[in-house]
Amino acid sequence: MSEHLLELKNIGKRFGGLVALDAVSLSIKPGEIHCLAGENGSGKSTIIKIMAGVYQPTDGEILIDGKPVSGMTPAQSVQHGIQVIYQDFSLFGNLTVAENLALNTLLLEGRRAVNWRRVRALAEKALARLGVTMDLDADVETLPTSGKQIVAIARAVMADARLIIMDEPTTALTRHEVDALFSIVRDIQAQGIAVLFVSHKMREMLEISERLTVLRNGKKVAEGPISDFDEPAITRAMTGHDLTDQAYRWEQPKGDNLPRLDVRNLSIAGSLEDINLTLHAGEIVGLSGLIGSGRTELALALFGMNPKFTGTVKIDGNGVHPKTVQEAIASGLAYVPEDRLTEGLFLTQSIERNMLATSFDKFVRGLFIDRKKTAEATTSMFGAMQIAAPGPYTPVNHLSGGNQQRVVLARWLLTGARILILNGPTVGVDVGSKAQIHRKIRELATENGLAVLMISDDVPELVQNCNRVIVMHRGRFVDEIGPDVLNEDALNDRLKALK
Amino acid sequence: MTLFRRSEFIIACILFAAMIIIGLINPAFWSLDNLFGLLRSNVIIGIMALGVLVVMISGGIDVSFTAFAAAAMYLTIKLMIYTGYEGVFLPFVAATLIGLFLGAFNAFFIHTFRMIPLIVTLGTGSVVRGLLLGLVGTSVINIDKMPQQLIAFAKTDLVSLTSATGTNFGLTAMILIYLGLALVTHLFLTYTMAGRSIFALGGAPEAASRVGFNTRRTLFFVYCFAGALAGFAGLLHGSMIWLANPRDFAGLELDVIAAVVLGGASIFGGRGSVIGTLLGVFMLVMVKNSLIIMKVDTTWQRVVVGLIIIVATALTAWRDRKKLV
Repeated sequence: MSEHLLELKNIGKRFGGLVALDAVSLSIKPGEIHCLAGENGSGKSTIIKIMAGVYQPTDGEILIDGKPVSGMTPAQSVQHGIQVIYQDFSLFGNLTVAENLALNTLLLEGRRAVNWRRVRALAEKALARLGVTMDLDADVETLPTSGKQIVAIARAVMADARLIIMDEPTTALTRHEVDALFSIVRDIQAQGIAVLFVSHKMREMLEISERLTVLRNGKKVAEGPISDFDEPAITRAMTGHDLTDQAYRWEQPKGDNLPRLDVRNLSIAGSLEDINLTLHAGEIVGLSGLIGSGRTELALALFGMNPKFTGTVKIDGNGVHPKTVQEAIASGLAYVPEDRLTEGLFLTQSIERNMLATSFDKFVRGLFIDRKKTAEATTSMFGAMQIAAPGPYTPVNHLSGGNQQRVVLARWLLTGARILILNGPTVGVDVGSKAQIHRKIRELATENGLAVLMISDDVPELVQNCNRVIVMHRGRFVDEIGPDVLNEDALNDRLKALK
Repeated sequence: MTLFRRSEFIIACILFAAMIIIGLINPAFWSLDNLFGLLRSNVIIGIMALGVLVVMISGGIDVSFTAFAAAAMYLTIKLMIYTGYEGVFLPFVAATLIGLFLGAFNAFFIHTFRMIPLIVTLGTGSVVRGLLLGLVGTSVINIDKMPQQLIAFAKTDLVSLTSATGTNFGLTAMILIYLGLALVTHLFLTYTMAGRSIFALGGAPEAASRVGFNTRRTLFFVYCFAGALAGFAGLLHGSMIWLANPRDFAGLELDVIAAVVLGGASIFGGRGSVIGTLLGVFMLVMVKNSLIIMKVDTTWQRVVVGLIIIVATALTAWRDRKKLV
């Protein structure tokens, strides 16, 4: 019996002329929690697919239990006890929890008939192994993300997994759910199952992993026990350079006391109660709280998507009550939604068209669009935002998450927004791009004089980029942390107190 | 599963309410004569609907099956007349196989070229209808030429009664074939892995192949099954009306799809049940039948069928979306 469950030795993978992986070695011991870190495009997904048998490596060797395995197919990978939980979970939303859990086993056994009593029994056993209870008859699509994840993990465990690979498992989870996930992971570890987290969220990796491997540009750049690393060290390994950690500070200029945004007694029956908020030009104010605290509702109300609010809203001293998105934009508001991919961007369209989507009105000459003016505006914006793409005509779906986010920001700058509301600005964005987006947001505040309201779950992000952070709970502002006392522990404590 | 039961329960309630209303407007509705007639009209649409149901669960759609039904009916009867064959069993096998074979074309195009099922089946339906009229013939085969064994078979009644006015009427035994096929389809969908693979494919195609379902086989099965049922129903239809018209069934695909959607199947795939479909078929046939009794013009019946599709689809889409929130 080998010491290692799975060993990859000098694995290389080329797609045509493109080198995706270059002599990467990675070893996983039975029952360990290992983390594979790397930015988007570092080769993480390629290596997952090699372990899952989806891709065959061009060079190198795979050893399982010390024995070399070549030409591994997905089915063989499963037989060796390797289970991959992809970000989309590969579950069937239209089927019940019980059936989702049992399908794999029935398929593996080569069954032709379905014995529903056995399906239930299998499902109960699978959930019992994780120590969770769940309504077996609920359709999976009715479950929250965390519930779907538990079903996916239970399914993997049930398939006699010895190694469970989880691709970005914490992306769509709240802090509370992440804790629950980690306790399940420790539980399955106790049953001798190894877990490989593939993630770019360093803080969470540090919390749970025992060993760490970092990839950058298809090469392994660091590995070792987690005690050898701290956050800056991982970031340096992932990005290849240090990222500034300077927190954002803002001084109220003397004499100018007219707030950019002034919200008084804003209420919406059932979701928001008596919200008072002032935002000055150049300020970046954080807004945090648990999911369902009303923070998104507040953003939507300001942005004209829920006009049924009471109270007053003033922008630069002028009262407004946006009833539609168009009115909100006209009065200088911009909103970048949480899910930029489904709500904010036209993926198959070019960067240029996406940038112009909300400001075509400004570039009209008679009945037609002034092509010259739009080209000038988008080209200069393309440069200013440092979007990594061949040119402004590249379709947005060819860009990385960070670059897509920049296209969204550019669009709002073109509308001449004075108040920018960001909802989860860097969800699903890797560390390097994240830092660049943060820099851009700060620049917008300091140089363009925007007032920014940043809604986020990411505590370090808020602490680093906001001059103050407001905590929301059950539709109210319950707390505000000012610049002198703003640090991660303080914010974490207040957020924990909400539970 | 509770949700499935619930939507079927709602359909059953609506059906029952509709029956009471129609009965109040026209008491003749509840006469055995009328009810037997209604059940008789269920048979052909119902058998076809079972095929469409399975296709819709898999996430696809089929509008070619009426053309396949016409082709299977006309070809089989032509062949019977040409060879002078006197039997019932083999012709039905032949018609079923013709439908199955044509269905395989649908699956082939959809699978090989990843084409949209609506476009593929619009195309194959048109080609098959055109070939049938162009190569095989356009003339209607009347009762005097129809194989008498087929007519005799389809005439079989379960119960025969005489009405007060002295006319004979009965409940056709063909309803047993329909219900038998429905039972088999239900058992197949619920208790076999092949049946569950159809739900899996309709729910999440990518995940279905990842967990190890043979999605190609499922896809072929689904369209062949729809074709086979259509072929069978085609010949049965000819036998029941003593007539083989190669132009028959035009526009019927909309009625059948309306019935399936009315029965709670999701147009997006992954949801649907045999019991719901039986109810949906009965409701559609009943509404159309009542319109005839109330002497509503046939053109207006098209309006009603169209509205039923829109309303039923809107309701299921609303149901599916509400669940996600």
